[in-house]
Amino acid sequence: MDKIRNGKRNISINLGLISSIFAIVIGLLVGFVILLISNPAQAVDGFTTILTGALSEGMKGIGQVLYYATPIICTGLSVGFAFKTGLFNIGASGQFTIGAFAAVAVGILCSNLGSVHWIVALIAAVFAGAIWALIPGILKAMVNINEVIACIMTNYIGMYLVNWLVKDTPALFNKVENRSKPVASTAIIPKAGLNKIFAGSYVNLGIVIAIAAAIIIYVVLTKTTFGFELRAVGFNRDASKYAGINEKKSIMLSMAISGALAGLGGGLFYLAGSGQYIEVVDELASAGFDGISVALLGLSHPLGILLAAIFVAYIKQGGFYLQLFEFSNEIIDIIIAVIIYFSAFSMIVRTFITKRSHRKRENDTTHMPDSASPQIPSPLHQPIPGEKPGRDAVGDLSETNENGGEQK
Amino acid sequence: MEYIIEMLNITKEFPGIIANDNITLRLKKGEILALLGENGAGKSTLMSVLFGLYQPEKGTIKVKGEEVKINGPVMANALGIGMVHQHFKLVHNFTVLQNIILGVETVSGGFLKMEEARQRVIELSDKYHLHVDPDAYIQDISVGMQQRVEILKMLYKNNEILIFDEPTAVLTPQEIDELMNIMRNLVKEGKSILFITHKLNEIKAVANRCSVLRRGKYIGTVDVAATEKEEMSEMMVGRKVNFKVDKTEAQPGDTVLKISNLTVNSKQKGNKKPLVHDVSFEVKKGEIVSIAGIDGNGQSELIEAITGLLKNDHGKIELSGQDITKEKIRYRNTHGLSHIPEDRHKHGLVLDYSVEDNLVLQEYFTEKYQKGGFIKRKPIRENANKLIEEYDIRSGQGAITTTRSMSGGNQQKVIIAREINRKPDLLIAVQPTRGLDVGAIESVHKQLVKERDRGSAVILVSFELDEVMNLSDRILVMYEGEIVANLNPKDVSIQELGLYMAGSKRGKA
Repeated sequence: MDKIRNGKRNISINLGLISSIFAIVIGLLVGFVILLISNPAQAVDGFTTILTGALSEGMKGIGQVLYYATPIICTGLSVGFAFKTGLFNIGASGQFTIGAFAAVAVGILCSNLGSVHWIVALIAAVFAGAIWALIPGILKAMVNINEVIACIMTNYIGMYLVNWLVKDTPALFNKVENRSKPVASTAIIPKAGLNKIFAGSYVNLGIVIAIAAAIIIYVVLTKTTFGFELRAVGFNRDASKYAGINEKKSIMLSMAISGALAGLGGGLFYLAGSGQYIEVVDELASAGFDGISVALLGLSHPLGILLAAIFVAYIKQGGFYLQLFEFSNEIIDIIIAVIIYFSAFSMIVRTFITKRSHRKRENDTTHMPDSASPQIPSPLHQPIPGEKPGRDAVGDLSETNENGGEQK
Repeated sequence: MEYIIEMLNITKEFPGIIANDNITLRLKKGEILALLGENGAGKSTLMSVLFGLYQPEKGTIKVKGEEVKINGPVMANALGIGMVHQHFKLVHNFTVLQNIILGVETVSGGFLKMEEARQRVIELSDKYHLHVDPDAYIQDISVGMQQRVEILKMLYKNNEILIFDEPTAVLTPQEIDELMNIMRNLVKEGKSILFITHKLNEIKAVANRCSVLRRGKYIGTVDVAATEKEEMSEMMVGRKVNFKVDKTEAQPGDTVLKISNLTVNSKQKGNKKPLVHDVSFEVKKGEIVSIAGIDGNGQSELIEAITGLLKNDHGKIELSGQDITKEKIRYRNTHGLSHIPEDRHKHGLVLDYSVEDNLVLQEYFTEKYQKGGFIKRKPIRENANKLIEEYDIRSGQGAITTTRSMSGGNQQKVIIAREINRKPDLLIAVQPTRGLDVGAIESVHKQLVKERDRGSAVILVSFELDEVMNLSDRILVMYEGEIVANLNPKDVSIQELGLYMAGSKRGKA
């Protein structure tokens, strides 16, 4: 039995991995086509740069990759955690922004906290993100408003709210540059020696915090009763209620945790000491949307998200060096976006592979030869996991028939 | 007599299993042939072969004496073969008429000619006594009428060979009677019917002959009139099945559940009539009390109020002497209440969870399965393996099988194992045998009686009157939200029970 079990698990992990890699390859190919169209002469060189550029400056490049990965690990975890608990948190962008604001505000205003200053600022970011996500969470749990709609609204409200708060608070606002002032030096996340290993890069303790967050989320989801409840509610709200789980509380907590992760991302990004300020522009933070593709590419698995985020950061870093060639900045952005968003196709690829092989797998897996009353696969009766019962096939076809038998 | 369909020596294999092993099925013109078999006996595979969804390895199919090779449902339809599925294939926001003509519309210059279609539908419905309202929307009509629409769809397409796939699973007793009459009429008008079922009473009522399959093998065909029910079930299951539930006289003890003046109002706006109206009753230790009634008379709401899924508006619920009216679901679950829910997919299981996780759905937080907030996998696995063994739950990968991939009968066993394993003071079983085959039903019945004898109070809600009569020690009949009778199954006949359920007779509650 153990052998069978391990086999099954491997199949499902491989399937995920294959589909993710396949999606990445498609994304890269489409990116290459765009390079060819925009500048055929330098397409091959440009493409090579995207793939290897991040490594061209040795440890500094790797450090930069980790630095860029930090916030999107957090937003990826945010979206992925919500997915795992049956929610689609498209509001990571707004939660990221609100968290960033809380971190920057604490970073500037509470300058007498000394060595714990950056920790307090990060905690503020976490709570701010959580509270912001709680709004759609409460709406979903209490009055059953779709979280996607509420999240989109809170994205915009969050962005404009932060713009207004920054602009209207003289202590925070740098009028000349139309952005926030720099945070106090005590609020900047320590480098913890990482700047020695990856000399010249912005990498800091933030990456360690992000990785720790991924591990904690993994443990919570898979090993704790709390995660058991959250996932149960995500899969089947009615059955969870029946089992005595407070399903409303679970939905709200899921959203709050998801928002806390996005908020943490905002804090880590703006407290990195890399010269990032909150710009007063009418633009949603892209880290939140990168989080969606990272979560999809990583199949919502915390460790998958970690790898996916590092991959996305790696490609972005490679794209940075594309400026050496005659590509305009916008083209670079488009190519990077194409690669990232094609990566999100992993789910589609996965569904495709599953569909193609489902008949074969059904036969292989559902019939244990030792089972006394074997279930027989049948397009008439066998339900396909995650789909409408397969017997629809008969109904659909038979209903399209043209004037059946001729006798009466 | 000539055969309209002959499936001769059909063999269909799948890797590791022979789903159909040399099966021969012959349907005569103008007869009702029942196809009887347990879940997984190969009935569905055989029908898939008939509809051309599978090509058999061996064997031939003849329609009206001519050998044919059916390559798909469209061709099957062209040969006059039609099927009423267990779960209807209707467009809910279309009218009856629109549904019937869907796919075979009469058009002229791209426009629908509804009048002609309407005429034909009305003619057909008169001819076969299939009463439908052509302009009603599917979502507004009863399940029985929806089924008549499905039948009309086949007739409209001039299908001559009608296959009914477990058609009575979703019907009330009255609707079942009506369907039986319709089937007789259809045959009288020259149609031939293949009736797939595992309900022996219905076979006895309408079928002429009955072919039995067991585990992919053809067991035989019998003349229904000359064969006893017991004989057919033995052919199907392969052993003697006890229809009469073996149970001793009930020994009612202390009151476990006491309901006083319970009222549940409708949540729909404008609907003033309460769903459950001023209901009071008691259930004692060691007795099985059935709540009988036609679907939609407040039984579901009453049960949901007791289990806490629904808020009651008035009245009191006491469990073992303790007022639980205001308590949460978890409190009730952990204080002696078990509930086998009506809808096993909606409430009973988290389908994407494994068997072992579903088996601890109400207990994962207890000391036994949890320490410091962390789940203890080992006892969960042990619990699952024990229950899988005890309740004969069959699945592909044992404890870690996703419940979604399991058959309905085994999913039900997971729920029953979980609920009984908690050793409840009060066990509420709603439609516990729906969709199960005779063998499985027998075992569920035994378990319910065993629970009663262990000293649990059992409430059974069922639309199967035989089940109600056989199993219960007392029957409460619900009609329009009220309890209209409190009967002893020994003093009442099924017919009389039907009258109470239909509201034409009232007793003292």
